[in-house]
Amino acid sequence: MEVAQQEIGAVAVQPATVPVTQVSGSVALLEALIVEGVDTIFGYPGGAIMPIYDALYDYKEKLNHILVRHEQGGIHAGQGYARTSGKVGVVFATSGPGATNLVTGLADAQIDSTPLVCITGQVFAHLLGTDAFQETDVINITTPVTKWNYQVTDANEIPEVIAKAFYIAKSGRPGPVLIDITKNAQIQKFDYQGYTPCKHIRSYRPKPIVRSQYIQQAAELINQAKKPFVLWGQGVILGSAEQEFKTFIEKSGIPAAWTILGAGAIPTDHELNVGMLGMHGNYGPNVLTNECDVLIAIGMRFDDRVTGRLDKYAKQAKVIHLDIDPAEIDKNVVSTVPVWGDCKETLPLLTQLVEAKQHTEWVNKFKEFADKEIEAVIFDELNPGDGEMTMGEVIKHLNDLTGGEAIIVSDVGQHQMVACRYARLNNTRSNVTSGGLGTMGFALPAAIGAKFGAQDRDVVAIIGDGGFQMTLQELGTIMQSGINVKIIILNNRFLGMVRQWQELFNERRYSFVDIQSPDFVTVAKGYGIAGKSIDDRANLSSSLKEMLEHNGSYLLEVMVRKENNVFPMVPQGCSVAEIRLK
Amino acid sequence: METLENQKQEFNITVYTENQIGLLSRIAIIFTRRKINIDSLNTSPSEIESIHRFNIVINESEEVVRKLTRQIEKQVEVLKVYYHTNDDVVWQELALYKMSTDVIAEKISVERLLRENGARAVVIRKDYTVFEATGHREETDNLIKILQPYGLIEFVRSARVAIIKQSDGFNRKLREFERLEPGEDVVENEYLNQGQKVFTM
Ligand SMILES: Cc1ncc(C[n+]2csc(CCOP(=O)(O)OP(=O)(O)O)c2C)c(N)n1
Repeated sequence: MEVAQQEIGAVAVQPATVPVTQVSGSVALLEALIVEGVDTIFGYPGGAIMPIYDALYDYKEKLNHILVRHEQGGIHAGQGYARTSGKVGVVFATSGPGATNLVTGLADAQIDSTPLVCITGQVFAHLLGTDAFQETDVINITTPVTKWNYQVTDANEIPEVIAKAFYIAKSGRPGPVLIDITKNAQIQKFDYQGYTPCKHIRSYRPKPIVRSQYIQQAAELINQAKKPFVLWGQGVILGSAEQEFKTFIEKSGIPAAWTILGAGAIPTDHELNVGMLGMHGNYGPNVLTNECDVLIAIGMRFDDRVTGRLDKYAKQAKVIHLDIDPAEIDKNVVSTVPVWGDCKETLPLLTQLVEAKQHTEWVNKFKEFADKEIEAVIFDELNPGDGEMTMGEVIKHLNDLTGGEAIIVSDVGQHQMVACRYARLNNTRSNVTSGGLGTMGFALPAAIGAKFGAQDRDVVAIIGDGGFQMTLQELGTIMQSGINVKIIILNNRFLGMVRQWQELFNERRYSFVDIQSPDFVTVAKGYGIAGKSIDDRANLSSSLKEMLEHNGSYLLEVMVRKENNVFPMVPQGCSVAEIRLK
Repeated sequence: METLENQKQEFNITVYTENQIGLLSRIAIIFTRRKINIDSLNTSPSEIESIHRFNIVINESEEVVRKLTRQIEKQVEVLKVYYHTNDDVVWQELALYKMSTDVIAEKISVERLLRENGARAVVIRKDYTVFEATGHREETDNLIKILQPYGLIEFVRSARVAIIKQSDGFNRKLREFERLEPGEDVVENEYLNQGQKVFTM
């Protein structure tokens, strides 16, 4: 066995620091995960990934593997883990159906920039392309929904490919990476020379260089602005730039509103936090988008759910767009000044150049709109006198009990919008939801992952009766792993969000939105999970308290008003200024 | 009124990439996802070892092309993407024409044909002759028209290859571009000629 000095470019590299030994591809993979700091893996075994699972048997002490009930659950758990921990989520699945079950989660992670490394087993290399048992062309299926993917057919490639996978997943604009490993490469023994994390790929530039002339131009625009307005998104959180962001808005005195993925980057009750943007966002931030003179977009991508009609969006404003991804600049909204770069680097540079100001009158304008919104919508939603409970009042009572300290994981639908609108968030990495893809079935598995990612925090999942039934088998994962998550089902006995649209735009033609549910509490009981169902507001607060104080997971079903709508709303095809209060 | 920005015209997209399996489909998806037809696509090694060069021709507005190039450049194995109008590039396509040797011998003044159309005979056999011509589409199309009446047996044309007029090579251009466009500083170019030694996949 020859282990001569290797030449890498002009630099002479020392031989591996660990003794060179023969290891299998599977062992090399697990060793790589350990060096990358992985502590938890979500996965599901199968024939084509058996060698990796066999190797995992000896790594049980070092790598905590959570057996999920469906690969979609596994990848959503990986997403939840990544979102709360700030680390890379790791998912294992077998070939064919195992791998295709990851596709929804990959698409979700891709659009929400969530760092994941998914490892799928694949048939033996000599069988590739022969329609072998459980063979699927995973690389081609997943290409449009991954930041990068690669098929490994030789164990020698494993250390380097895994190193690249982690580097790509977490650097720059993060995203999901999929590595498909053929069975022979998992079994094959090779001379393992140790694992070196990747720090550079020739063709890959994770972030653009910051150009000071643009920082200067941006600062000038901001200093001259009478009505500047900040829109922030998840980029602030992904870049760990929460503090830099807070310092920037506090010095410049600019009111700031958030996209749902940006929620929590600064506390809900921060005086310059003026609320949520977009289709079901707050009244003021939407209307005043069309009144501000300088719009400063930070780590957000002007999704159509945020902008409404583009040709009527902030036409009066000069736009400053801070983003790490050059492809986002001018994609939807043309910017006056593009500030390419990682906002952790660009924000402090900008803060230095902006004048300390207070835009009292302008900030107060948001408050006036907020008062209007409270009167027209919020007060009744949070304090309905009698009748059935509203989703909003559940969140209000939850806030009172958690004090805004909990991680809120929401599914997709009306309850999601209500949860995002009303949940109080004191901390960053506290709002986990499927933003760009809007994946029903996301929340239950994501909550499991979120708890593994932030074990000392309370995790409360808020889920609709429809979405819960998409991945409820993950109650089995909760049962087996003993994880402590609190589940609130807001049951309106409808696929509520679709019903709302049918009511508003299709003359109440309620086409297939009337959904029946099992007795959720009994289902939970079947999985050994405590729970109860309530339909009387007198029990609301005490039941929430009971849930939060329960030692272990708990499912609370709250029967809410059947035909309640989420308002305000920017109807599709309307400008943000045309937001409807009713 | 349509602005120039929105007017469709032919654009030549030049992509410098690592030589990597699967990259072609990653790049193609960027077009198909937006339902954009690729008129011509050529891929070949570039003057820099281990770096490949794609020439892609589409008919689109500049605004769309600009967004596409940024999406292409986002791909991990893509080093750099440029786009140019036809005026900004020197381009050629190669065409081959197969004819019956008998027919040619009897009916055409081969010499004139070749001279007037800048063509040359690549193979002359008893049963067939193959001509080759390079040029722009209209030029190679023109020869089809001439040969068709004499029973053109087979015709094939290559994708377009294009050289950017004001460019003086990728190394230099990359550095220049780096200053104007986002990208990590040119430090990376120190690895550029080390190919597989840095990047072994
Ligand atoms: C996987 C998936 N299928 C369909 C949809 C379309 N969709 C969006 S919201 C919604 C209704 C959700 O109903 P429910 O889970 O009961 O929540 P609610 O809106 O009532 O709060 C549907 C069907 C989706 N977002 N995701």
